[in-house]
Amino acid sequence: MRVAVLALQGAFIEHEQVLQELGVETFEVRQLSDWQQPKDALIIPGGESTTQVHLLSSLGLLHPIRQAILDGLPVFGTCAGLILLAKQEDGHPREGLCTMDIDVCRNAYGRQLGSFNAMGEVAGIADQLPMTFIRAPYVHRALSPDVEILSEVDGHIVAVRQRHQLATAFHPELTADHHLHQYFIQQINHPSA
Amino acid sequence: MKENRQALNRQLAQMLKGGVIMDVTTPEQARIAEEAGACAVMALERIPADIRAAGGVSRMSDPKMIRGIQEAVSIPVMAKCRIGHIAEAQILQAIEIDYIDESEVLSPADNIYHIDKTKFDVPFVCGAKNLGEALRRIAEGATMIRTKGEPGTGDVVQAVSHIRLMQSEIRRLVSMNEDELFEAAKQLQAPYELVKYVHENGKLPVVNFAAGGVATPADAALMMQLGAEGVFVGSGIFKSGNPQKRAAAIVQAVTNYQDAKLLAELSEDLGEAMVGINEQEIELLMAERGK
Repeated sequence: MRVAVLALQGAFIEHEQVLQELGVETFEVRQLSDWQQPKDALIIPGGESTTQVHLLSSLGLLHPIRQAILDGLPVFGTCAGLILLAKQEDGHPREGLCTMDIDVCRNAYGRQLGSFNAMGEVAGIADQLPMTFIRAPYVHRALSPDVEILSEVDGHIVAVRQRHQLATAFHPELTADHHLHQYFIQQINHPSA
Repeated sequence: MKENRQALNRQLAQMLKGGVIMDVTTPEQARIAEEAGACAVMALERIPADIRAAGGVSRMSDPKMIRGIQEAVSIPVMAKCRIGHIAEAQILQAIEIDYIDESEVLSPADNIYHIDKTKFDVPFVCGAKNLGEALRRIAEGATMIRTKGEPGTGDVVQAVSHIRLMQSEIRRLVSMNEDELFEAAKQLQAPYELVKYVHENGKLPVVNFAAGGVATPADAALMMQLGAEGVFVGSGIFKSGNPQKRAAAIVQAVTNYQDAKLLAELSEDLGEAMVGINEQEIELLMAERGK
């Protein structure tokens, strides 16, 4: 199995380290020629979503990646990655990959002073998962009935799945608990309904 | 609680990696920077080149001006306070700045002590020109380090020597026997625990950016190849002929810093670069402030 990690900006090395610990081969996507390599899944890391969108489009990556996800490539987005996958922001269509039927709120907890840690349940994955929120977004609402809400913290949706797409508002790549990455790898191997 | 904030603040710096942080003086410049792909902006009244030209005492920017920039963009906003100026830092924390740069670019407020940054909830980035300085700043609570370079000159030579020196000192620590670390800590004038961390991990415990004199996509790529995890660009963008284009080119250069062909394309037709001053021509070495 080979997992592509979007390495335009942000905390992509942290994702690579987790996957390597789990014995999964990774490679970095910095431009179109990287993207054309064979792959079984894609991870979109945390970072600045505006920066990542800008780089995706100036490097000609936006459409090929969007198409691959629409064609069924498993994808896992964390924080900025969740924002990139979302179709809407505060009820309006947004620029990005726009493959997931969710409406997001960016910087939902305010500036850096609003960043926090929490423990929470992720349905079917972990009872008590440590969650790190850094200038994090949350999901206002699902826009389609096939979006599963996997986790809520303080009444806000922070983890969702829509078929082959998984997204969290927090950063599982920053904590030692690898349940979410394990779940994602399992889904690549044995996609469930 | 404080320990928790330190971790969260180090983690915000992790999210900035592979990005470009740009100096801006107006909301309009901040928007240009954001649209060009900056991962954060540094709000300040005068960019280092103008601080240098104007001379006199240089202080924290007007909070109203900083707020204007906070309202203009959604990316993190940083601002500078003077070295050792606890009250300026408190003011910046009160307006919920995302990162404080305790910066040698401003006139130092204290010739001996830096701010005890562990007493704050907002994160701090500090300049360092060698490993000892970096570890002392981290001990004081800095959650991000940048090279000092020589700000406002458009001359990258100092930033290069700072990052090279830091990397070679790190390699030296890694190669040491454990029983040699106590003496190394003494020589570096840094806490033993941090020296031990570097010995074991081969890197600083916080993110390390390049800063000072970066003016072109090639400069940015050079700093990344030398081991910087991201780049601050101060005067280089808005002192140049075509800020939009140069800013976007530097952002791309940081992502694809090893692709010379792409860097060649990015370096084309950028208009005039900032004129710059050679290191030998300047009278004030800002890097010598705050050790």
